[in-house]
Amino acid sequence: MALLEVENLQTHFRTPDGVNRAVDGLSFSVEAGETVAIVGESGCGKSVTSMSILRLIPEPPGKIAGSIRFNGRDLLKLSDREMRAVRGNEISMIFQEPMTSLNPVLTVGRQIGETLRLHQGMSASQAEARAVEMLKLVGIPEPQRRVKEYPHQLSGGMRQRVMIAIALACNPKLLIADEPTTALDVTIQAQILDLMRDLKRTVGAAIVIITHDLGVVAEVAERVIVMYAGRKVEEAAVDKLFGAPRHPYTQGLLGSMPKLGSSLTGEETRLQEIPGLVPSLKKKIEGCVFASRCPHTTDLCRKVAPALEEKAPGHIAACHYAIKEAVAA
Amino acid sequence: MSASVLSPGDVAPEAVKAAAPTPDIMPPVKVRKGLWGFMYRNPSIAIGGTIVLLMILMAVFAPLLWTVDPTALAPARRTREPSAMYWFGTDMLGRDVYSRVVYGARVSLIVGFAVAFFASVAGLAIGLISGFVRWADGIIMRVMDGLMSIPSILLAIALMALTRGSVGNVILAITVAEIPRVSRLVRGVVLSLREQPYVDAAVSCGTRTPVIIWRHILPNTIAPMTVQATYVCASAMIVESILSFIGAGTPPIIPSWGNIMAEGRALWQVKPYIVFFPAVFLSITVLAVNLLGDGLRDALDPRMAKRL
Amino acid sequence: MSTPILEVNDLKKHFPIRAGFFGGTTGYVYAVDGVSFSIAKGETLSLVGESGCGKSTVGKAILRLFDITAGQVVLDGQRIDDMAPGTLRPMRRRMQVVFQDPFSSLNPRMRVRDLLAEPIRNFGLAKDSADLERRVGELMDRVRLPRDAVNRWPHEFSGGQRQRICIARALAPEPDLIICDEAVSALDVSVKAQIVNLLQDLQKELGLALLFISHDLAIVEHMTHRVAVMYLGKIVEVAPRRQLFAAPKHPYTEALLSAVPVPEPGAARERIILKGDVPSPIKPPKGCRFHTRCPYAFDRCRQDEPELRQTEDGHFAACHLHDRPAAENPLAGARGAAVIAHH
Repeated sequence: MALLEVENLQTHFRTPDGVNRAVDGLSFSVEAGETVAIVGESGCGKSVTSMSILRLIPEPPGKIAGSIRFNGRDLLKLSDREMRAVRGNEISMIFQEPMTSLNPVLTVGRQIGETLRLHQGMSASQAEARAVEMLKLVGIPEPQRRVKEYPHQLSGGMRQRVMIAIALACNPKLLIADEPTTALDVTIQAQILDLMRDLKRTVGAAIVIITHDLGVVAEVAERVIVMYAGRKVEEAAVDKLFGAPRHPYTQGLLGSMPKLGSSLTGEETRLQEIPGLVPSLKKKIEGCVFASRCPHTTDLCRKVAPALEEKAPGHIAACHYAIKEAVAA
Repeated sequence: MSASVLSPGDVAPEAVKAAAPTPDIMPPVKVRKGLWGFMYRNPSIAIGGTIVLLMILMAVFAPLLWTVDPTALAPARRTREPSAMYWFGTDMLGRDVYSRVVYGARVSLIVGFAVAFFASVAGLAIGLISGFVRWADGIIMRVMDGLMSIPSILLAIALMALTRGSVGNVILAITVAEIPRVSRLVRGVVLSLREQPYVDAAVSCGTRTPVIIWRHILPNTIAPMTVQATYVCASAMIVESILSFIGAGTPPIIPSWGNIMAEGRALWQVKPYIVFFPAVFLSITVLAVNLLGDGLRDALDPRMAKRL
Repeated sequence: MSTPILEVNDLKKHFPIRAGFFGGTTGYVYAVDGVSFSIAKGETLSLVGESGCGKSTVGKAILRLFDITAGQVVLDGQRIDDMAPGTLRPMRRRMQVVFQDPFSSLNPRMRVRDLLAEPIRNFGLAKDSADLERRVGELMDRVRLPRDAVNRWPHEFSGGQRQRICIARALAPEPDLIICDEAVSALDVSVKAQIVNLLQDLQKELGLALLFISHDLAIVEHMTHRVAVMYLGKIVEVAPRRQLFAAPKHPYTEALLSAVPVPEPGAARERIILKGDVPSPIKPPKGCRFHTRCPYAFDRCRQDEPELRQTEDGHFAACHLHDRPAAENPLAGARGAAVIAHH
């Protein structure tokens, strides 16, 4: 049994001009200790997915349906009280903006200690000792001094390290990182990604990383889920996905990214464009969600929504025309 | 890369696998368009606006609403209880309280709207100068700080003491007291608008400063100004009543809600209805104007508009 | 070589820090501290660096959105940094700007037609209203938006479409130079590609010069001719694109290149992870500004500030390592191939 099993997740929102089907029938699973990336562009439902797992969606206007089984328990069936015991303890989250996610009037040590005292019943001194230990773990120099500082005294990269320390304080089994490096500069991003890879070895938590940056995915993930318009369109191991993407959207995404070192090959290339816009999620989409922008669209695509099928071992895609390995071979 | 894994155009019909349709988990939203849709999405504006509109209609058509001359004295019919004849009773001089309350709406609304208008115009001008002329900013803002440190009621009382009691002077006095609030708001809005990339882009496009103010700054101050104007309007109505109540406002011959309450004050213990009815009308009107302001703020705030 | 369209000489911009009741100056933010470069007609120069390095300040200083502290800005042979506003206005026609955020770059209370007509009217480019209408239509064609969209409001468009409108507005006065200040950074991957391609096409069609300010090295490499790397208010390296990406001559450039995540899982690359954060521009370090984070720093770096010097043809770097014998200079060979993934 997988650590996290999301099945037919639907998260919809009521808006004045229609029901926004932000996530519509998403299924995936995460094994213990595994790193899974969810990628997609803004509005594809990747952040809503992470918020739904932790039940951080305000209801109303939102509504979550389906099932989210974590360690065999359906999180959607837990009481609010039971859910609070899960958040920050068994599942924790890192957000994009480290400044707004930290409380500006509490010291770093207090903020790390708070979760420990709440979930693990530690005393104040135990919690403080553990906070120093956590800061050391995430590579903050002089942890004894830093533990008494306030968030505004730290740089952006340091704050993100503190966020990670808070998230890992209770030894969670699952860490959800929502665009953890998007707000950071590239040299700081490299530090944080490096840290995340290191921590993966030492801590052993499963990680779900949510990002729009395929470069980040390639650096840290083992398995990738590509989302488009609230649905999963492709899922594969990271080398398979980058090596032989099966869905035209994934192919388009990869083709539209300029590669570092492109000037060294000496040929002038043009970036591949994905024409058009993401469809509105407030109307039911007939046929394939990507049909309106796909270069290979046929009448079939416009009429029949393709099912997610295993096109190669462990490689799932939702496209009528993605060749199955057996056929191709 | 793409050609090797896709085979467009040749898929056997039996190989087509359709995805199971996803169910609706919440009832569909009835999209309401036009005026009704707007009212439905902004109940505060609908309720507040309707009440304010009714009050305006009442003030305009006061003579047609089964009223009598609100100043007609009738010593023989003093302090009658509310009845089918005198809906809200009569006061100590025998005047019909209903007629006085209906006519009194005129003063409150005129004062409220006039103060909102004049304070907005003056505040807009001062705020724009403050936001654009650097050397003037310090001076103007210190003067405004000084004015704000005096309670607006006291300021209005002091100004009224210098002049003759008339509706015009009441409006003037309250406007002076309200200007600092509006100009501070406008200054803040102007300063943040000046930092907007579209203003930088306009400068780069060779647009002259007066045109930038007129075309890029002014239209974008209208929304927060409108919201602020409703609050100024509500506060002006209250201040007018207070001034009239303590005898420093509208002259006693003109019925205003403050005046009526002032006159009923002595009989409050025995004839509470003389105070009660104008007080209820004042409260409802102020509440409605504030509701309208809250609704406008929500509807005009672009950050709220972007929510899911 | 003909006169460059833009020349910047020793540009400095120090923002005073005001504090206290009387607003006295307590210090300066040395946002830009002596930057020089030039852009030839029809050329793309990219200014790259991390947030706070002063690259956007350079752009705004060239546009004269504020007055500079010292230095010169020369547009097609004419000094514009000390020009009176009246004389400057006609010069503004020749350089335009596209900003990062397509949402706050367009006045929400103006229709697209009025947004595009504003610069045309300001510079008196249209003979009559029919000519104005024709020009607006052509601009919409240029940025591949439907002509009938001119009657719509900015909020009716998506981010990518708005950025097209911003580009159309920048093209309206027929400029020679467009400053793109992180113009594609806020856009989604697939939309980014659309806008990058559009900018490249426009440059070819119209012979525009571009100052492309960005932190995204992959995009920069894709579309630039030359690159200038900034760190803490100074340019540390300038080189033609291929030279810079094949063999960076400044340790900071090298570290930047190695830090970019590459969409190739398991790519074998040498990784240089810089320690710590960028120091504050209020108190920049003595000597070389990069010495606090540089993996190769030695004594001299903490004392002397290196000057930007030519290391090979057209390739300039500000680093003391190049004064050392080649055997002791880790940047002597072709480093780019090692820090960028192989294909």
